Amino acid sequence: MQEFLQLVVSGLATGGIFASLALALVLIYNAMGLVNFAQGEMAMLATFIAFTLINRGVNYWIALPLTLVIAFGGGIAIQRIVIRPVERAPLLTLVIITLGLATLLNGLAGAIFGYVPRSFPSPFSVQTVDIFGAYASYRDLGVIAVSGVVLLAIYLLLQRTTVGLTMRAAAHHAEASRLLGVRVSWMLALGWGLASAVGAVSGIMVAPIILLEPNMMQTIIIYAFAAAVLGGIESPLGAVIGGFIVGVTVNLAGTYLPFVGGDLQLAVALAIIIGVLILKPNGLLGRPSVRRV
Amino acid sequence: MAHRLRTLPPRYWLVLVVVLFLIGLPSVIDSFQSGEWAQALVLAIAIMGLNILVGYSGQLSLGHGAFMALGAYISAILATRYKMDYLVTVPIAGLLTGLIGFLFGVPALRLSALYLALATFALAVVAPSLIKRPAGLTGGVQGIVLLPPVPPQPLSDAYAFLTGTAMTSDQWTYYVTLAWGLVLFWLAWNLLRHRAGRAMRAIRDGEVAAAASGINLAGYKTLAFGISAFYAGIAGSLFGLAAGFVSPDSFPVALSIQLLVGAVVGGLASIPGPLIGGIFAYFLPIESNQWVPTQTWIPVQIATTIEKAGPAVTYGAVLILIMIFAPNGIVGLVGGAYARLRGRVRGAPDRDTGQMPQDTQTV
Repeated sequence: MQEFLQLVVSGLATGGIFASLALALVLIYNAMGLVNFAQGEMAMLATFIAFTLINRGVNYWIALPLTLVIAFGGGIAIQRIVIRPVERAPLLTLVIITLGLATLLNGLAGAIFGYVPRSFPSPFSVQTVDIFGAYASYRDLGVIAVSGVVLLAIYLLLQRTTVGLTMRAAAHHAEASRLLGVRVSWMLALGWGLASAVGAVSGIMVAPIILLEPNMMQTIIIYAFAAAVLGGIESPLGAVIGGFIVGVTVNLAGTYLPFVGGDLQLAVALAIIIGVLILKPNGLLGRPSVRRV
Repeated sequence: MAHRLRTLPPRYWLVLVVVLFLIGLPSVIDSFQSGEWAQALVLAIAIMGLNILVGYSGQLSLGHGAFMALGAYISAILATRYKMDYLVTVPIAGLLTGLIGFLFGVPALRLSALYLALATFALAVVAPSLIKRPAGLTGGVQGIVLLPPVPPQPLSDAYAFLTGTAMTSDQWTYYVTLAWGLVLFWLAWNLLRHRAGRAMRAIRDGEVAAAASGINLAGYKTLAFGISAFYAGIAGSLFGLAAGFVSPDSFPVALSIQLLVGAVVGGLASIPGPLIGGIFAYFLPIESNQWVPTQTWIPVQIATTIEKAGPAVTYGAVLILIMIFAPNGIVGLVGGAYARLRGRVRGAPDRDTGQMPQDTQTV
């Protein structure tokens, strides 16, 4: 039982990381109906920026917000340069472009920083505390707390501020918003910036656990896909819940299902994606999609 | 007959010229290069399958590398474990992969094209570790080593008679791949010009309208995916033949990206596109690795960075630039230029001749 609790707690921690990246995916999906295949690589690049800053002697708590601001700006820049020219193009064009972006960023990071895995500092110690018989490290608890804070911040921004209202309006009724004077394209850019910053949080949280290198997010993004599909790809809350469920499931499956073990945990994510598509295609919190003629 | 020949549309002549060129190619390049071209043709076959899916049904697979792996391992296992003739295993690998692709497509195609892209991408990332697991069957990390194929004696003799040298195993592989490429090309050509092809294009151009016209959306989408996986399976099987071994690392995510690059470069809905795309995707990293270090005008630092980055940066940049500036690929560019030129020479816009306008953007 204790082992079970232990696995659940550490699963929740990795789940928090998946949740942040899934939340970033959902933000862009809601803004333009697109799954951003480059989300993981953008987060990886942001983590490298944080790494460079910390390595140059910048304090962690200054480097972190600085990185988020840079990631935010980078997300906006990417939207302006790469996405804006094809904003009205068919969906698959956009998907291919985000995939191209992922490949490009991955190659660039490899060329600039190399493929040697580096250790990345965590502000939380790995010392453990006793919770109901399970030992959780401060790092795990910190990760869970950070993803909670990120979700709350995004929720407040989207639901309680004018900017959030405008962003939602631009995403749902682009034409009407444009007539009301909303600069729809800039709202999309803002969505990309936000997603980029939220994704960067996941990169910075996962780097201390799995070491920083250009291919770091390649598996994490698959877990995030599974989380987003499970939660309902348009629901921010669903993404977070999905993230935690995926984290715990993968952890339990790795230990209790002998044929899964450590190296097939990723296959569990694939199984979750396919299972959701068969059993509940709209996810836990998603609405059935309506297609307009 | 003579009249029919003269009135053949130019594209038939183009196909003939290209086929003759490809048949004659091994006699002017060396055996090693024939092996390289065989690999390029393997990519072209897989891209042809991808093209059927993307160009003619508006679905996107980012995991065709995984289906290639499946085809390659089916052939390799049948050939080494059950001592089957490798060439016999090729169609078996294709059909089995097609069937599995069909089954994989059933859940993924129930929703929008995004979910298929997502699920197939996940499949491509997971594939190497899935292959490693049943180590007794797949040889684990080491993979399976295959014997080089031996050309049949009569063919080898005929080849020696024509060119003066005996046929090598690389050249034989090349011809096997080319033969499969031609058969599959003919299949695609016919498929896309008939009922199924029209139905798939109708789905691509407007699902609701297609459904309203009585087209079984899910059925045709899954069919397109199955056919596409069949092509990938054949390509994978031939990949094993050309490479001489199969291992989990032969089929990374990068392979699926390489296929997508080839499809996009050639032109997503074009029938000749995959050949151009396959050649481009295969030779680009090889040629640029040889070319960049010889260019003294490129600063050393940039040159080494390009070398270290490998093809990823180029592939990524190519994907983005082509999708923004030439979404119909090289074939689209050439076709557009040809149409404009002909319009200028004949002075008649398409509208007046009663022709259908060219396919607009295809994805």
